[in-house]
Formats: sequence, C-alpha cells, structure tokens
Amino acid sequence: MAIIAEHGSTFIIIAVIFGVFMTWGIGANDVANAMGTSVGSGALTVGAAIVVAAVFEFLGAALAGGQVTKTIRKGIIDPGPIADQPEILVFGMLAALLAAAVWLAIASIKGWPVSTTHSIVGAIVGFGMVGIGIEAVNWGKIGQIAFSWVLSPALGGIIAFGLMMSIRALILRAEEPLASARRWAPAYAFLVGFVMALVTLFKGLKHLRLDLSIPTSFLLAALFGLMVAGIGHLLIRRVEIDRAADRDFHFASVEKIFAPLMIFTACAMAFAHGSNDVANGIGPLAAVLALVKSGGDVTQSAPLPIWVLILGGGGIVLGLATYGYRVMQTIGKKITALTPSSGFCATMAAATTVVLASRTGLPVSTTHIAVGAVMGVGLARGFAALNLRVIGNILVSWVVTLPVGGLLAAFFFFTLKGIFT
Amino acid sequence: MPFTSPLGNLFGPSPFKPLQEHMRVVVRCAEQVPGLFEAIFSGDEAKLQAVKDKIFALENEADEIKNELRSHLPRTMFMPVDRRDLLEILDLQDSIADTAQDIAGMVTLRPVAPLEPIQAPLMALTERCLDACNKMASIMEELDELLETGFRGRESELVLNMIDELNKIETDTDHKAIELMRELFVHEKEIDPISLMVWHRLIRWVGDLANYSEKVGNRLRLLLAR
Repeated sequence: MAIIAEHGSTFIIIAVIFGVFMTWGIGANDVANAMGTSVGSGALTVGAAIVVAAVFEFLGAALAGGQVTKTIRKGIIDPGPIADQPEILVFGMLAALLAAAVWLAIASIKGWPVSTTHSIVGAIVGFGMVGIGIEAVNWGKIGQIAFSWVLSPALGGIIAFGLMMSIRALILRAEEPLASARRWAPAYAFLVGFVMALVTLFKGLKHLRLDLSIPTSFLLAALFGLMVAGIGHLLIRRVEIDRAADRDFHFASVEKIFAPLMIFTACAMAFAHGSNDVANGIGPLAAVLALVKSGGDVTQSAPLPIWVLILGGGGIVLGLATYGYRVMQTIGKKITALTPSSGFCATMAAATTVVLASRTGLPVSTTHIAVGAVMGVGLARGFAALNLRVIGNILVSWVVTLPVGGLLAAFFFFTLKGIFT
Repeated sequence: MPFTSPLGNLFGPSPFKPLQEHMRVVVRCAEQVPGLFEAIFSGDEAKLQAVKDKIFALENEADEIKNELRSHLPRTMFMPVDRRDLLEILDLQDSIADTAQDIAGMVTLRPVAPLEPIQAPLMALTERCLDACNKMASIMEELDELLETGFRGRESELVLNMIDELNKIETDTDHKAIELMRELFVHEKEIDPISLMVWHRLIRWVGDLANYSEKVGNRLRLLLAR
C-alpha cells in the first residue's frame, strides 16, 4: 500500500506515457489497416480517411469501447491473491503496456504482421503468470478470447461472402444493373447504419447510464439506419453516369454508385476499430489509474473516467497524423484491386464482426478480421488474385506474439519491481 | 521504417490484365499475316521482309508477357479461376502468335511461287481466320465483367453466346480452307512441287489461327460451365 501512496503520481505519469505510446502505435499502424480498404477502393482520399478515423475512432471508443476495456483491465487476470500487494498489479499493467508497445515497434521495423490485440493479451497473461501465479490467469476467459481470434475472421468472411452474393443477385446480375444499383444502394446504406447502431445500442449504453428496452433499441437503430439511407440517397443521386467508361468496363457506373456507400462503411470501420482496439492502449492505463485513485483496491470498481478515453482517441489521431497517413497511402496503393462494391462487402463485414466482438467484450484483431472478410469476397470469386501466404504469416505471428509478449512483460515487470521496491 | 500490412500483401497482381495484354499482342501479330500474302502476290520482296520482321518482333513481345505472367502465378495465389485453365488459355493464345511466326518464317525461307487462281480465296480465308481471332479478342476483353459478376449470370450467358459465334466462324473457316485446297490441287501442275507443298502447309497454318482462337473460347466455356 505504501508504495502506491508514495509513487502514485509517478505511476500515473508513466502509465499515461506508455498508454499514449501504445495508442500512437495503434494509430500509426493498426488504424491504417482498418481504413486501408476504404482508401484502396478509392472511396476516400487519405486526408478524408484521417478525418473520418479521428472522429469515429473516438466515438467508437467512447460509446462502445467500455466492454473490451473492462476485459483488458480486469477480465484476464484475477488479482485476488495479491489484494494486500496492489503495487504488483500496477507494475504488471505498466510492464504489459511497455512490452506490447516495444514488441509492436520491433515487429513494425521488421515488417511482421503482428496484432496489437495479441501483443497486449500475451503481455498481460505473461505478467499474470510470473507476477501472481499461473492460477491467477483467467484461463476460461483466455480460451474464449483465443477462440474468438479464430472465429472472428471466419465470421467476417461468411458475412462478406453473403453480402457479395446478395449484391451479385440483386444488382450485378440483374437485367438493368444500373437501375438496380440505384434502387438497392440506399438499402445497403440503411444496413450499415442499422447494424452498427443496433449492436452499439442493444439494451442501452451502461457507462452513459442510458437504459433502453429491446424494442426501443431496434426502433432507434432503424431510425439511425433510415437517416444514413437518406444521406446515402442524396449522395447517390449526385452520381453521374459515365457512358464512355461504361463502354470500356460495363460496370463502371454501377461501381460509381457504390463509392458513396464506402464512406459509410469507412465510418463504421473506424467506429468498430475504436470500440475494440483503443482498449488495448487504455485498458492497462485505466487499471493503473483505478488502483492509484482507490489507494490500492484491486477489484477496480471505479468507473472509467472519460478523459482516459479522450487520451486514447488523441493518441490514435497523433499516430495517424505523424505516421499512419503514410501507411495508409502505401496500403491504398497496394489494394487497388478492391472495387467499391467488393470493398463495401469486405469493410461492412469486418466492421460488423468487430462491433459484435466489442459488444461481447472480446478483444479481437481488426486487421485479421479484415483479411478474413477479403477472403470471403475472394471465395465468392470476387478478386483476381489473393495471396494465401499472408494467412500463413498471420498464423506464425499469432504463435510467436503470445509468448514473446509474455516474456517481455515478465522482464519489464521484474525491472519495474526492482526499481520501486 | 519498413512495414508490411497483411491486408496490403493479401492482394496479388491480377493475372487477367497481362493475359489480356498478351492476347492483344497476339492478335496484332496475326493481323500481319495478310500483308505477307499481299507481298508474295505483288512480288514485293522488301515488304515481305518488313512484315516478317514485324511478326517476329510481336511474337517476341508476346513471349515476354507470357514468361512474365507465368513467373507471377505461384500456387499460393487464390484465383476465381483454376490456375491450370489460365495457363492453358495463355498457351493457346501464344500458339496463335507462334503460327503467324511459322507462316512468316516459311514464306521467307523458301520463296513460294505466286499462284494467281488461289489469291482471292486465300485472302478470304485469311480474313475469316482473323475474324475468329478478333472474336476471341472481344471474348477475352469481357474478363473484367466476368470477374465483377463472379463468372455467373447474364454476363456469362453473353460470353457463352459470343463463344457460339466464334464456333460458327471457325466452322466457316474450315469450309473455306477445303475449297482453297481444292483450288490449289486443280492448279497443281502450274507451280513447282515444292511450292505446292509449301502452299499446302501455309493453308493449314492459316486455318490454325482460327483453330487456336476457337480453343481459347472453348477453354473459357469450360471455365464458365463449372
């Protein structure tokens, strides 16, 4: 107890620095991946993508990020055995943050496809095992999380496949693809707004003390969907038919109608990413904060202060503005094979899967889900060529990241413990 | 700071664009063949050489595209069509350029005696075979649309109809080739036997321009039938 009282503000300052470093890294690399499909399909310029990401990452974190933050903060390890030594948990959370951030920096320099989510989860488990004990790790929860890492890309793929097939049936293979596109596009815009709002609002937003019954949630989500469809309708009406381009490629104008829809899925994706991945940076920070504020209450019953979310959002925007825009440009150039229609399916599927995971409090990898969603469109014969080697690389990074994150966290844990005690 | 994004690396280079590029070069190569026969019948030695050089250059260009595409088609690429079908189509397209090259090589290697009565039917046959090549070209240009619609539905029916038309053109070239052969043997005594043999072979090769075009179409038909 004494250690926390003595070094309380130092711990908070360190936690804020590490937390901002981590969210900077998420903004620099992860967000760029999340927004890549929108930039690559030509729906958004890099500048517009940064603005969309800044606004919706923050909204996602603030409105729907609570559950995952809670999981990272107190769902993975049970601090019961160290109730009389809360400083252990402070060191552990700081070590986990630093370990994840360092591993991500190394991986980025080496060019390995490492997930922020896997890094932080691996790091927290690593600290829990050496700092508290193997039995302190909530293995049931870890099993759930690991299962969600396999299930979520598959789910993203299935949704993307279904969306692609529906667009084919309703629009691309119709008698009059262009007229069908105009007719159905607002419905797809509705779907984006409805699904995102429903998952977010379902049964209310606890941390904002907003209670909603199930029918009210549906009603509000439908209203939000209609609003999005209305905006979509206005944007689509302004799309001009390009007959010259249609002669060269018969679906050029149909694709132009999908371009405005991609703006909505880009917002949805940023929102989804904010709701899930911001927690990787601010979850441990929130834990340290709660421990110091309460003078060492390991149950962390204090609610998450809103400034922590703002800090997380700010770190992400900083990462985007200083480095992420370049990553976005590079990815955008690499995935020009993505047409607005296929990009819509992949992004919508990924965003839906990620918000569902956020809602359940499962920290998932947005990038892996996006890869799964693209594969789903590919299985619907939607892309000229997909490189399956990427999937092998992801599996390897999976297997490597968990133990390395854990070992680094253990190392930093003992270092911090040595410095302060 | 170098980085790789799994999402960025997921998208491989499209094999369809180089396949179409190859097809365009191959068709341009075949389109030079009438020039060879015009030069023979007008006795224009310089033109014959010039056309032959052009055919050889185009065949070379097609080969380069072919090798480039082959080296960028690893087995780990997941494509909407079977990798073997794609390579088969590439080879068939390439045979058209090879055939044009064979024709150009033969007429410059062994000067063939111009036989007036076969000129008109020969030119007609060559033009008809080029019709087949161009039909094949317009079918291959539909690949982007086929990809957009997932190789099914109305677009695939449209392409199947185009392949039917290609089949009709090819049958027509068969009849024209038989007529031409008959005409050749009617006048067999008017030229030296070697020239006769060379003409016979040239007619076969001209017909092959249409045969290979048809095979490209039929391969695509199999691909759509799946």
